[in-house]
Formats: sequence, C-alpha cells, structure tokens
Amino acid sequence: MTAQDTTPALRARAMASLHRAQAPHQSGAPAGKPVRRLPVQKDWPIWALVAAQIGILLGALSLWEIGARTGWIDAFFWSQPSAIAETMTVFFTTGDAWTDISFTFRSTIIGFLIGTTAGSLLGLSFWWSRNYAAVVQPYVICLESIPKLALAPLIILVFGIGLVSKVAVATALTLVVSTLTAYAGVKALDPDGEKLFYSLGASRLQVFRKLVVPFCLPWIISVLRVNIGLALTGAIVGEFIASQHGLGRAILYAGQTYDIALVWVAVLVLSTLAIVMYAAVSWVESMLRKGVRQ
Amino acid sequence: MSSSAPKLCVADVSMTFKTPTGAFHALAPVTLSIPQGRFVSLIGPSGCGKSTIFNIIAGLLEPTGGRVLIDGIDATGTIGRVGYMLQKDLLLLWRTVLDNVILGMEIQHVPLRAARERALPLLHRYGLAGFEYLYPNALSGGMRQRAALLRTLLFDTDVILLDEPFGALDAQTKLKMQEWLMQLWSDFSKTVLFVTHDVEESIYLSDEVHVMGTRPGRIIATIPIPLARPRVRGSVLSGEFLAIKERCLELLHLDTTASQAVNEAA
Repeated sequence: MTAQDTTPALRARAMASLHRAQAPHQSGAPAGKPVRRLPVQKDWPIWALVAAQIGILLGALSLWEIGARTGWIDAFFWSQPSAIAETMTVFFTTGDAWTDISFTFRSTIIGFLIGTTAGSLLGLSFWWSRNYAAVVQPYVICLESIPKLALAPLIILVFGIGLVSKVAVATALTLVVSTLTAYAGVKALDPDGEKLFYSLGASRLQVFRKLVVPFCLPWIISVLRVNIGLALTGAIVGEFIASQHGLGRAILYAGQTYDIALVWVAVLVLSTLAIVMYAAVSWVESMLRKGVRQ
Repeated sequence: MSSSAPKLCVADVSMTFKTPTGAFHALAPVTLSIPQGRFVSLIGPSGCGKSTIFNIIAGLLEPTGGRVLIDGIDATGTIGRVGYMLQKDLLLLWRTVLDNVILGMEIQHVPLRAARERALPLLHRYGLAGFEYLYPNALSGGMRQRAALLRTLLFDTDVILLDEPFGALDAQTKLKMQEWLMQLWSDFSKTVLFVTHDVEESIYLSDEVHVMGTRPGRIIATIPIPLARPRVRGSVLSGEFLAIKERCLELLHLDTTASQAVNEAA
C-alpha cells in the first residue's frame, strides 16, 4: 500500500531534482546523481566561543562543589572548589607561595639557560671535526636513551638538597635535546655552502661564524619551547625527591599530609607558572626568528 | 705580467678517486691554457669531470697529478685565488642581497662599510636596484643568479669559474641572463671559464669551446669560435654558427656511442 503510494511521489521528486540539476547546464551530472553542495561551517563569534568555554568551566566547578556538599563526591580525597579558594588565599597571604614560586622559577630558568646554551655549543662543536663527532656520537645517543629522571636521586645525592641539584636535573633534561637538535642542524648543512666559503678563501673560523652558526640558529631556537617545559619538569622532580622549597615540594608535602586542597592550589600555581614561562619563551622565540630570518 | 703568458693554465691535471670497487679514473691528464680576458666554455655529458676540473682549479680538490698555474705561478691546492660560482646560487637566507654580495670582500677582511659602498652602485647598475635590502627568498630565480654572479665578481679575482649558472632557469630568463653576463664580462674584462650542458649557449658566449668526453674525463676537441663581437641573438641562426653547433653535437654524440660500446663490451 505505502509502497504504491510513495513510488510515484518519489519518482516525481527525482524527476524534479533532475530537471533542476540539468536546467542550468545541459551536460550536467549523470541522471540520478544527487546534487550535493560543499558543507559550510559557520564560525561562531569570539564572544560566543569564550562564553562557551567559561560556561563549561563554571559548570564543572559547580557540579564539583554541589557533588562534594551532597556527599556524592568524597571531599576528603577530591576536596572542593570553595576549600581550594580558601586555601589559595591562605597560601598567598600567610603561606610560602612567593618563596616556592621563586625557588621553582629560578631552578627552571637557570637549568634551561645552562642546558640550552651548553647543549647547543656541544652540538655545534661536532662540525669542527668529523673524527671527534664520530667518537663522541655514541655517547650522546646513550645519554639520550637514558631516562634522565631516573638519575635524579643520584644528582640530589651529589649536589645536595638546595637549588643546585634542581638546576642540575633541569640541565640534564634540556642539554641532550639541544645537543641533538644543534647537531641535526650541522648535519643538514649544504656541503656546497662550505665549498662556496672556502672558494672565497675563508678560514674555518669564518665558515663557523658566518655560515654554521647562523644556519643552525633556527634549529637551536626551535627547541626553546620544548626545553622550558623539560626544565620545569626537571626542577619539579628534583623537588619531589628532596627539597626545602618549591612548588613540587609543596605538592608532595600537601599530598603526604592529606591536604588535598593545597595539592590543587600548588598544581594551579604551577600550571600558571608553566603557562607564563611558555608564553615568554614563545615571545623570545618569535623575536629571535624575526632576527635570523628563516 | 707579460700579455703572452696565459692567465690560467691547467697543466696535465689528472684525478683518480678511490672507490670501494677500485680506482675510478675521473680525469685523464687535461691541459688548458686560457689567455687574459678570454671567455672559454667546457661542454660535455654529465660525469665528464667538468666539475672536478673546477674544484681543482678553485683549490677545493687536490689533483692526483699535474698543476694549476695562475699568471704562471703555481696555485695548485690554494683557495681564494679564483671566483667560483656553483650551479646553486647558495645565497645566505639570513642576509640581505647587499650583504650576500659582499661576502667575498667580507671574508677578505674588507671593512663592511667600504664593501657595501663598493657593491651598491653595481647592484644598481646590473639590475638589482630596489632589491638591495630584500632577503633572497623574496627574489626570483634569475635575480638570485644575478646576485650570486655579482658576489663572484666582487670577489675581485681575475679568473672566474661559472658552473652551469643558468642551468636551472627557464628558457626566457636564460636568454636574458646570457645577455646580462656578456655585458658584465665586457665591463669587467675577467677571464671566464664556463661550464654548460647547452651547446648553443656555449657557442654564443665563448671565444673557444672545449668539448669533453667521458671515461676518463678528457678534452676531445677544442673549437675556436670566430664569430664577431658584440654578438646578436640572430647570429645563432647563421650558417657559421650552425656549422659549429653541428660539429659540437657530432663530437658529443661520437663520445656517447663510444662509451656505450665500451659499456656493452665490459
């Protein structure tokens, strides 16, 4: 019954669409092929996007708070937004917030600078002698494959529980990455470029300064953002193992004393610090890129 | 120097490379003698050792035998004696065109400001006006080649080696660049050794063409080009020009078939 009813209707509709498809240009798509248009996505305005993002955040926080109050979420293990906000105020007014932040910040930045600089120089130095590079390369690869964080307890033993040991862990993590990246730059150097310099009567130092270093700079710059993250990881792990200050130490201490709200506070502060440093390094990177033009 | 002594002399230069499969004879003893101010071309199939000769003359490769003389003085294995332009323009991407062009002077410790002052008028005169402070990525292939050639010229050597400088350019640009090179050559009176695949290009530009053969690389014929200068584009269709071109092509073809015969016998 229904089939009999719909079949002519369907056919009529198909004919109509066929006419529509064929009407503007005679030799259009073959008969029966559905007319399809490019799917177009309409972009939301910025305010709508931001509103959606904030809405999700507020929604999640409210659910958490309500859940904790009604006992649906165990506030002992998960804490709750109101308690976290309270702890945050205490942490910044009467607590060690600024000491901890400054400690973690310093060890990260110093480790980042030492690791990146020394690593880049080491990587560039492989250009000077093929023999030297061949001898040293296996060691660098070994160093790369060792999980550096596994060495952290040893580093703490050697350098003590102060700032130096955190700097050392951060340096260990960043150094190898910079070395390998700078070396990759050296290996990507066009031998014809060196040929050009030597045909102009250049000395090795001139080739290094005027060709190798500027050529490898984009490589070196490209790992800055990776390295700032690694340095922060190194500093935090160092603080986990043994430290008197730092956000990592605050997280560990709060966890051990079941002060879950303080764990959240320290993690939030740490994330903020990470974002700020990442943004700063990205800015430095873009400035440097403008400077080296590649 | 007396004008009779050749500017550049390649005396019995030979080259053998050691390879895992044994010695590879890249260059049989080759002798070339080029007077001051001449434009001389080398043509030949790929693998005939053209680039090897250039590397030896530029001091980038120590020949197995023979010597390179510039102004009659032994210059074998010394760098910085001749201007050498490779096929790739090799412009440094982080330097402006102006700072690329002065690279040779900079390496020779000419103060930067003096070098730039010397280079600027030349950039203006030879078609790079308005490009001085741009970076190489903003330039077309022809413009980049111009910059590379000016860099070679500003290096201030009497002899310049050009290794297929226009090989990667499209046909139109190539013709334009050939005219431009002729202009530069007559303005600067350099001694030029030019490598190309393009028979017509070599005849059109040169005073003398050396045809090279392979296995081992060697010069199989030297053909003087008596066409009057300045040359005009139309001359490539003249009977004289076509006769020379036919001769060159024949020599190249003979060598190809001969080496094929050797290959088949082996």
